[in-house]
Parts: sequence; C-alpha cells; structure tokens
Amino acid sequence: MSLIDKIEAAQLKSDRPDLRPGDTVEVSVRVIEGDKERQQKFRGEVINVRGGGLRKTFTVRKISEGVGVERTFPIHSPSVAEIKVMKHSKVRRAKLFYLRRKTGKAARLTERKTLGSGETAKKE
Amino acid sequence: MIGLIGRKVGMTQLFGEKGEAIPVTIIEAGPCTVTELRTAQRDGYTAVQLGFGTRKESRFTRPVLGQFKKRNLAPASQLREFRVDTTEGLAVGQSLDVSIFERGRHVDVQGVTKGRGFAGVVKRYGFAAGHASHGPTAGKQPGSIGASAYPSRVIKGKRLPGRMGGVNLTIKNLEVVAVDPEQNVLMVRGAVPGPPNGLVVVKKRED
Repeated sequence: MSLIDKIEAAQLKSDRPDLRPGDTVEVSVRVIEGDKERQQKFRGEVINVRGGGLRKTFTVRKISEGVGVERTFPIHSPSVAEIKVMKHSKVRRAKLFYLRRKTGKAARLTERKTLGSGETAKKE
Repeated sequence: MIGLIGRKVGMTQLFGEKGEAIPVTIIEAGPCTVTELRTAQRDGYTAVQLGFGTRKESRFTRPVLGQFKKRNLAPASQLREFRVDTTEGLAVGQSLDVSIFERGRHVDVQGVTKGRGFAGVVKRYGFAAGHASHGPTAGKQPGSIGASAYPSRVIKGKRLPGRMGGVNLTIKNLEVVAVDPEQNVLMVRGAVPGPPNGLVVVKKRED
C-alpha cells in the first residue's frame, strides 16, 4: 500500500453505499447557518460517478419547480451526512447526461427490481 | 532558515473543517543528519549541512566517503546547506525530523521542475493562441517578434520557443497542513515542483 493510499484510507467513510448511475438517492447535506447546523436533503438521480478513493464524486440531478438542478458531492466529504439509496434503475450508460435533454415522461428511468450480477458480487 | 531534505510523494486532498477539499502535496522529509556546521570564523558564513538518503558505499568517491568517515556518520546520498543565523543547539551527528515544522505555519519548497523539452511560446510563456479554424492564421505561433528596418534585429530577451523545465524552482509560503513524525510525512497546501519521487528541499519560514 502506497503512502498516498494509506493517508487517503484514513479519511474514507465506511458508511457510504456503492452508488451506480441511475440510482435514486437522498443525500443529507450539513448546512451551517450562522452558528446553527442543520441538514438539508437533496433527492434525485445519480447521473455521474467519477474518480476513485477519496476523490470519488457523484452528481445528482433533480427537477425542482420545472428547472433541472444538479449537485456534485464528494462521496467521502464530511459535509455529506448520509446517502440513502431509494431505488435502482435500469440504465445502459455510465453517464446519464442525455437526461438533460429530456423532459417529462421521456426523462424517466425504469426501476431495476433485481440486482445486477456486478452488485451482488460487490455485496459479498 | 533551517529545513529538511525530502522526496515528493504525490498529491491528494484532505477535507477541512467546513467540508472543503484542501489540495495537498505529501512530502516524505527527513530524518536528516547534521553532517557539518559552517561558521563565520572558518567559512565566512553560518550554515548547517544536512544529509539525507542512502546509497551503496561503493558508489561514493573516496574523498566524499572520507568526510563521512571522519565524522563517524553513515554516508548520505544527498547533502544540502541551510543558511542559519546561529548554529546553537545543533551538533554534527544530530538527527532532524519533520517535527521541526508546525501545522499552520508556512514553508518554502524548492525542487527541480519536470522537463518539458523544447516547448512553444503558448506552453512556455502563456501566450494566447490564435484560433484553430477560419483559414491560414496564427494557431500556436508567436506572431511578430519585432519591427523591420529599425532595429533590424530581434531584441534580446524576446520570449521565444526553447527548452522548458528542468530548472530549480522555489514555491514560497506554502501552508503546512499536517505533520506526522512517525511516518516522516509533511503535507503542504498546494503544488510543489518536480515529479513524484523527486528531491525537494523544505525550508522553514519566519512568519
């Protein structure tokens, strides 16, 4: 294990789910307002997962009041309190940027009820 | 100021208190042995010579090896001098490690930049490149390099393509983000010259 890996491993958070593009997630973000801290929820679909280790980030897209909103979170950031995976979807792309050009019914993803073989292998 | 000799390990990031990502360079510095003290009376200046790293004994020249033998020290592959105001508290044979640095303080880091070979003006001096399309125009060329009949020559110092990189460079005022004497690790905010595994000299700053 290289020195960089060691330093990064110390900061990895073990409670993070294995996210995949198409997952519907609810991210609780710590927000500091003045001297108070509260949690804000951001719910949407994962359209991008990039990087590895400590530098891994994911992008969540949602439609808020008719406007598409995207937020990118570092997966191991201390500002991210919790990541809840609500459901998985059937997708055929690693990056779902095409959703930006789709609206309404065309922007839906179909739910994946059974876990893909890749996922079950990782769970073990 | 006193410092240490080390190797650049590479870059990564740390998360700060507010959740912000801090870009850091990991430097494996020291432990360095004090190999010689320079004094004003004898040498005309005051400095500490530090040694770092190892090398097969047969790879040293005999005169250099003799210097180490004379002081009963293990031969060090890298020697650097650090100008100091006083050599008080320092003695030949003493070992210095990263605990001389403090979190939150600042350091200067010197290294040899990566060699870029024969580079053009866009990469070497940050000239603005011309547009890539619309006919026979600039691209990455330097453009006009001077007037015609007067002065009939190119002015000295005109920035033109040439060898880039592979020179000593000091980055000043880098914040020390973390110090770990157990692993001889020092983490500074921002980038440092040179490739991973490249030799760097870290100097303490008065601040």
